[in-house]
Parts: sequence; C-alpha cells; structure tokens
Amino acid sequence: MDNIIDKISDISGENIYACYQCGKCSAGCPSVEQMDILPNQVIRLIQIGRVELALKSNAIWVCASCFMCSVRCPRGIDLSKIMEALREIHLREDIDHIDIKDVRRENVYELPQIALVANFRKQTG
Amino acid sequence: MKVLYYPGCTLKTSARNFEDSAKASMKILGFELEELERWNCCGTVYSLSSDDLMHKLAPIRNLIRVKEQGDNKVVTLCSMCYNTLKQANELFREDEDARYKINSFMEREKDYEGDVEVIHMLTFLKEVVGFENVSKKVKASLSGLKIAPYYGCLLLRPRSAAIDDIENPTIMEDLLKALDTDVVDYPYRNECCGSYNTVNEVGLVVERTYKMVNIARSSGANIIVTSCPLCQFNLDARQKEVKEKYYDFQEMPVVYFTQIMGKVLGIDSKYMGLELHYVKPELLI
Amino acid sequence: MEQRIGVFVCHCGINIASIVRISDVVKAIGDYPGVIHAEEYKYMCSEPGQSMIQKRIKEKKLNGVIVAACSPTLHELTFRNVAVRSGLNPYRCEMANIREHCSWVHHDKDMATAKAIRIIRSLVEKVKLNEELEPLAVSITKRALIIGGGISGIQAALDIANAGYEVILVEKSPSIGGHMAQLSETFPTLDCSQCILTPKMVEVAQNRNIKLYTYAEVDNISGFVGNFKVNIRLKASYVDWDKCVGCGLCIEKCPTKVSSEFEENLSKRKAIYVPFPQAVPNKPVIDREHCRYFATGKCRVCEKVCELKAIDFEEEDKVIEEDVGAIVVATGYQLYDIQKIGEYGAGKYKDVITGLQFERLLSASGPTGGEVKRPSDGKVPKRVSFISCVGSRDPELHKSYCSKVCCMYLAKQAMLYQHRVPKGKATVFYIDIRSDGKNYEEFVQRAQEEEKINFIRGKVSKVYEDNGELVLHAVDTLSGEPLEVRTDLVVLGIAMTPASDIDKLTKILKIQSDKDGFLTEAHPKLRPVESLTPGIFIAGCAHFPKDIPDTVAQSSASASKVMEMFGHKELSHDPMVAWVDEDLCSGCGICISLCPYDSRVLEIKEGKRIATVNEILCEGCGSCIAACPSGASQQRNLQDNQLLKMTDAVLSE
Repeated sequence: MDNIIDKISDISGENIYACYQCGKCSAGCPSVEQMDILPNQVIRLIQIGRVELALKSNAIWVCASCFMCSVRCPRGIDLSKIMEALREIHLREDIDHIDIKDVRRENVYELPQIALVANFRKQTG
Repeated sequence: MKVLYYPGCTLKTSARNFEDSAKASMKILGFELEELERWNCCGTVYSLSSDDLMHKLAPIRNLIRVKEQGDNKVVTLCSMCYNTLKQANELFREDEDARYKINSFMEREKDYEGDVEVIHMLTFLKEVVGFENVSKKVKASLSGLKIAPYYGCLLLRPRSAAIDDIENPTIMEDLLKALDTDVVDYPYRNECCGSYNTVNEVGLVVERTYKMVNIARSSGANIIVTSCPLCQFNLDARQKEVKEKYYDFQEMPVVYFTQIMGKVLGIDSKYMGLELHYVKPELLI
Repeated sequence: MEQRIGVFVCHCGINIASIVRISDVVKAIGDYPGVIHAEEYKYMCSEPGQSMIQKRIKEKKLNGVIVAACSPTLHELTFRNVAVRSGLNPYRCEMANIREHCSWVHHDKDMATAKAIRIIRSLVEKVKLNEELEPLAVSITKRALIIGGGISGIQAALDIANAGYEVILVEKSPSIGGHMAQLSETFPTLDCSQCILTPKMVEVAQNRNIKLYTYAEVDNISGFVGNFKVNIRLKASYVDWDKCVGCGLCIEKCPTKVSSEFEENLSKRKAIYVPFPQAVPNKPVIDREHCRYFATGKCRVCEKVCELKAIDFEEEDKVIEEDVGAIVVATGYQLYDIQKIGEYGAGKYKDVITGLQFERLLSASGPTGGEVKRPSDGKVPKRVSFISCVGSRDPELHKSYCSKVCCMYLAKQAMLYQHRVPKGKATVFYIDIRSDGKNYEEFVQRAQEEEKINFIRGKVSKVYEDNGELVLHAVDTLSGEPLEVRTDLVVLGIAMTPASDIDKLTKILKIQSDKDGFLTEAHPKLRPVESLTPGIFIAGCAHFPKDIPDTVAQSSASASKVMEMFGHKELSHDPMVAWVDEDLCSGCGICISLCPYDSRVLEIKEGKRIATVNEILCEGCGSCIAACPSGASQQRNLQDNQLLKMTDAVLSE
C-alpha cells in the first residue's frame, strides 16, 4: 500500500501528510453534495493507508478541478491534483470511467465541444 | 490597432456569438481581432499530473505559433482556453526541467521560453483599452438590466491564472459599470457550474444551475453574464432540465459579457447571435 | 613568562570516554611543551572535579589551565570561576571542546582520540599567549524605560517602580490600558476586565517613581546597556493637560464625529476626545487629522467653551531626552487585517466582526451597553457563529502560528452570549481546541456541557450575506456532513500580529524580530524575556500571542531581570573585545560601517585618522577584525598570532 501512496504523491506532486484535516476543502467544494465521501476524507483515507476506499469513491470523478479547495487550503495542498492522481491511477490501468458510446448522439450535437473534450480527457484513458 | 487573438473550438460553433460580438465591439473600440494562424486545440483542460507533459504540448504549440507570427501577446475569450494556455505558459516559466523536455520533444518548432503573454479579453479591456475609453463609446442605455456577473472557476483559479482578486473579483463589474449597466452582488459568482459533468452527470449540473439562477434572482438580478462557453451552456441550456425538475423555476437569460458590451456600443444585431440562446435574452433584443 | 599549564580531561561519563581514549590523551598531552600537568576525571564539572582543579593549580603553581570537556557555552564560566577561586586570572583558563566537536560526532576511536589531542594542543597554544584580562566596568543609570502601556507595560512598570527604581512609561495612544481595557469579562473566571485593570492604571498614575508619557512615541535610542539615551516624541495634544480638569465640555460641543478606535469602529467619538471614560490620564487630545479647525481653518468651538483656556492650537510636537539603564519593550499586538480574509467577505459584511468587536458588544461600557446587538440593524442576533483559526495556522495564505488565545476567548464569548441571550444559539467552528491553562479545559467543558454550545469541528470555507442573514459553508469533519449554516452574526477568532510599528521600533532598538515581526528572545527556553541586545527586555504579545496571565507573568519576569541588573553597583563587560594597533590603522573606516554595535568610531589622533573602539559597546563579534585590510584591528585573546599558532598545533603531526 505504501507504493500506491508514493504513486499518488509522485503523480500529484503534493504532500498528503501536510493535511491537518480542517475540512475547509470540503466546506467550500461546490460539488460536495454529489460526492459520496468528502474531499478531506479522500486525503484522510490515503493518510491512513485505505487508498482502495478513496479509489472507489465517486468523489474523485465528481471533482471537476474547479480549484476552490486549492486556493483556500491553509496548508497549500492542491487537492485537485490529488483527485487527478486518483483518477489517473484508474485510467492508467486502462479502466475508463465512462464509455463514450453511452453519450447520446443528439447530446453530442447539442453540447459544446469543450464539454466533450474535457470530459473525455478527464474520464477516459 | 491589430490584436492577435486565439479563438478556440467552441467559439467557431455553439459560441460563435461570443466571438462575433467581441469582434464587432472591439472594432468600435478601435481594435481589430486578428485570428492566430494555424491554431490548434488548447487542450481544454490543463493536465494536473506532474508526470504528464504530453498534454501540455497542445497549448505550448499555440504559444509558439504566436511567436512565429512575430508577436508576444495573445488575447483569448473562452475561459477554458485562457486557463490552459496560461497554466502551460506558467509551467514553462517556472519549471526548467519540463521546459527542456517538451522543447526537446518538439522537432520542428523553435525552443519556447514562456515569453508570450496570455491575456484574457477582460484584462485587455481593462489594461490596454481602458474602461474609461470603453465608457466613452457607450451609445445605447440598457435600463432595466440587472446583471449578475458570473466568473466561474477558470478566470480566477488556480492562483497563477487569476485575472483578479480570487475571492472578491471586480473586473467584470467594473467593465459593466463602465458600460453604464446595473450590476448586482451575489455570492456564487466564483463557484463552479459543474463543468464537463454536463456530459454524463446532468443531474449535478441541473442542481448547480438551479441554485445559481435562484440566488442571482433573489439578489435582484435578471440576467447572468459570463465569459465561458461551457458555463454559458450549463447555466442557460440546462435550465430546460431544471424546469422539468422544479416546476416553479423561473428562467433567466445567460449571455457573454461581449454581448452586453456589443449592445451598449451599438453593434449590428447580426453579431449578437441571440438565436443561439436557450433562454432568450429579451432585454437585449 | 614560564608556561606552567595544566590540562584536565573530562570523561563526561561515557559521553567522551566511550569514543576518546582518555588515558592516551592524558599521556600525549602531558608531554606537550608548556604542559606540566595532565589529569583525567569522570565528571570534571562536579564538586570533586572542581576541587581537584583548584588543588592542582595551587599545588603545581599552574599559570594556565585547559579543561578538555564539553562546549564552553555550557561550562566556561564554571571553570573560570574555579580559576578565580584558585587565584588564577580567569582568562588564563580555556575549554577544549572534545565532546560536541569530537566524541559526539565520531565513531572511530583511534581517529577521535587523535583529534581530541589536536584540539587540546591548539588550546594549549592559545593559553600560552592569553593575556591576564580584567572585566570592564560600566556604570548603570538605574531608571527603566517601558515602551507600551497595556497590561504588560503596566505590570512591568509597577514591579520596577515598587522595587524603588524610577520608571518612564511611554504609551502611543492617549491612555494606558491597551487591549485589556477593551475586554468584557475574562476567561476562565469571568471577572470583569476593566474592574481588575483600572485600579492598576490608577496605581501607575499615582506612583511617584513612574513618569508617564501618554500620546508619545520613542523616536530614537542611542547608547548601550546601563547607559541608554532615549528621545521621546510627545505628540501635540493641543490641550494643556496642566490646566485641563477633564470637565468634558469641549468634547460635548465638538461638532466632528469619527470612528472610535477604542470601540473598534462600532461607534463614534469626537475629534477632541478621551478614548474611554476610565482613561489614564483622563485628559482629552485633539485628533489633528479629523479636527474641523485643522481641516478648514474654522471652528475652534472647543477653545471657546473651555473656561480654563486649556486648548492650544499652536502646540507642536516636543522631543525630550531621557537617560535610562534598561528598556522593556511591551508594545503588544493588533489583529490581522480582516480585509485579507476574502472568503469571509473581506470586511464588507457588517455582521462579520472580529473577536475584539464582539468584546465591545459584550462590554457593559460598550456601544450597546452590554446588550448583544448586531452592527447592521441593531437587532439581537438569535444565532451567532464563532470561527476559530482565521488567518492563524495558515502558512499558505496568512500566518503559520497558532494565536493561542482564540480558542479560549471564543468559548468565553459563546458562553457570555448565551448568558445575555438565553434563547440564542451559539455555534463554535474549530479545528482543534487549545485549552492548556489552569482551569481552561474545565471552562471549555462547561461551555459544552452546561451552556450546550454546539462545537463543530471544521473550518468554514465561505461566508456570505443572503436576505439579512449570513450563510456559512462548512462541513462537520467528524460526521462527514456538509453544512450550510444560517446565522445572524459571525465572530472571527482572527490572528494576532505584532503592533504595526514594531518594525520601526526594532530598527531603533537594534533588536531582532522573527518572520512575523514578533520580538526574538535571547534563548527560547533559558532566556525568554531578554532580547539579544544587553539591557533590552521583552514582555507580552510583542513577543508572541499570549493571554493575560502569561503576559503578566512574563512582564514581571522582565521587571525582575531589570531589577537584577539594577541590583549591581556597576555592570561588568567581557574584556575579550576588539582593540586597534594605532600604528597600523589607516583610518579607512571599513570597520565602522561593519560594526553592528556602533562601537567603532573615527577619531583624529595627533593629526591621524584612527578607528578606535568603544570597548563597552563592543560585543567581540570579530567582524571588524576579519575585515580590517591592514591587520590593525585585533581581538583580545584571539590575536592573529594566537590563531596561527593554534592552526599550526592542529595541523602538525
């Protein structure tokens, strides 16, 4: 499990152990209502070595990198990078979060390209 | 005066009214937006993985095009393009190692040092055109408009990309006031619209839009103004789904700041592109 | 002089002896030229060890001693005192550090033993050339200057004055009392702050040994420990305090209202004002910046109504000079700027207030007479939220340190609010509760158990106004529940920072401060109230945020340090100072610009420019000696020739 913590640190470039669990990230997260666990709990699970629980949470996919947590973190942790690292761990194992085939054709015409490209960039490998 | 400008994909399709109204308005202000030749996708989202340099190639190549065209400044409209170009540029300024690797990878291009300035149109209007000069060109008065400026995320965050104070920005308000319009203060102007979740988590975006429009309304607004085609889509087009879920929901139009500017400066209505909106901005017709 | 040097090698238990072969060292050094005696002992600093050295000095008629043991910072004084007791000049006694510099940092016994021998040899060479020095005597002006008239300065002033020494107390605002005068009731006993403070303020005014200068600032300080000269600027108050009886008519008639600093901008005061009714001295000052006469040239209403003709618009600032021997810096704190907390509204919401503002709302003498009414509409808030760690413990954006008192005062404020508004609901947002004082934890538990105050563990991320209410975005990190809390008033436990003019003062005083501007103590554990500049002491929140009991204790400690100094007839100064070979000195002056203590001065002697040394000011740092291009600057007992011999002794086989 240590290896995967190192991997998260390497990909994100962030120090997971700097977090003192004040919860300000979760308090300010605009998408927290849609998450199964709180953003601060994502870090907490990594801190206590339960990375598998963080990896299977939907929180890491709901996070859209709005950086609200990053700019307010008193310890200067960029949580959006940790979220990205957790997504990357799935994607690098070739496990996509969405199947592009599921996107309805009429939606494709309606949606702005940036929505589609951004979504595929973040949720497929 | 010519200004080099990077449009990005969406401004050529669903957000062409953003580009059209910007171009026409700038013309009145004495600036011609000259499109960057051979531009490519900005990357849309800036890769946050420290070991992923591949996805930084796209934005960097665009910046190299700027230099190839003999310029060292590029103006953007779309917040997402602005953010990716800006963050990639910052990486090149800060991280020598990344700069070396990416430069070595690109065979044909000259080495890039991070010396292009990526400027969002709002900053350009403030610092180069001057809001006082914008003010001088005001033709039409838009009385009855109560505007809630919506910054979203990417004009303000991360810190290295912020065009204004992160928590209490005023640049859009200042422009709108210079355009002689009424602005309302409301608390969610720098929060996320749900972004690309609109593709597979429509419900999430519906909730955000519902909340955002309602608080804008309770703060006294009757129109929302933005700078991002994705925010515009989520806050405008998703009101259809909001209405299906919340029967008492009242719609509110969501437009680009350049459309307000265009209307006030008196551009031709064909550049307004109001037919592209889901909620028709009656007040601008 | 025949060298009769004795070397005493200490085992320091196993600290040295387990790595350095002591007997080999004793043997080797015993044969070294000049050494006539070498001996070992298990604990040289113990009483038997010291007696042994004392005995040998007399027996063997030693005229130089080296104790090879630990660092001189630890025991140099100990062994030099042994020398004195044995009739040997203490500067003929040196320590060779074979512990920190040798046994603690090496593993190889052979090499460590060889190194220990070399270290000792070098000290033998040094002692051979050591002069018999005498400490320099310095006279003391037995008067103390206290800068800052809050509870810290008041306590220090009273302690020193009551010990029989004169005190000059300088306070920049029109009254003494400081922040403590603003507080309502104090934790954990809930006694009224003013009730316990004002008697002390009056005592200051009445104490014959205390000369009080309020509305005054320290402009400049020169001199050195025992002999400082202080320039104090008495700011023009435009009121002759000798004539004024404090009737208050001028204040009543003054037409100009400005925000009251004492009331934390929650109410107005006049342009001529006394900061608060219990002020000491109870005499008004005219705030020149806001006075109508000074702004427009018309008004002078105060002058017209004053029958005693105490108003004097022509008054100017006066600078006076005072001689003092010691200085206590007690300039206190201010709150971190609320405008820097953008996510809580950056000061734009009237009902988001600081802890000090809430103190004024709770205070019986405050703008609401002690009724809790919120600033925006004067309504009694039905719900109040308290947020801790605002700007504190935030190394990324604000201040890295814990401001230490916020946990306690927020718990107290929540409790007092609950007393004033029994049906109200107080919520405290915290990250960790720090209640590490006598009866503090019990106090917090009482707030939870008896007052049923809701403590939520989680930092608020955003505060905004909606329809006359304030909305807080938070989470309860213990249950994992996101919270959107609606409230009527928000109180911020905002970081404490040093007073705004601390940087100016540290430059004037030549004392050090840390990255946050707090004054640096000489040693964090063993010399907590002394600055690194002799004769200057620190007390209260100028040093670091602290509560009233800690402040009072530290201020009394500073006072006792001052009194310790004043208890001596004169001060002795280390004679290991710089001196100048006047034949070699070219008067280039490089040393003058480098000296951090202003001890080097250019003088004309027999028509020649010489950079002389004021020995009393010199701290022996060696900067001038290293920089002197001609080798004219030398340091006593660290002469160039000594250093060369020492180097030779270290390098030769």
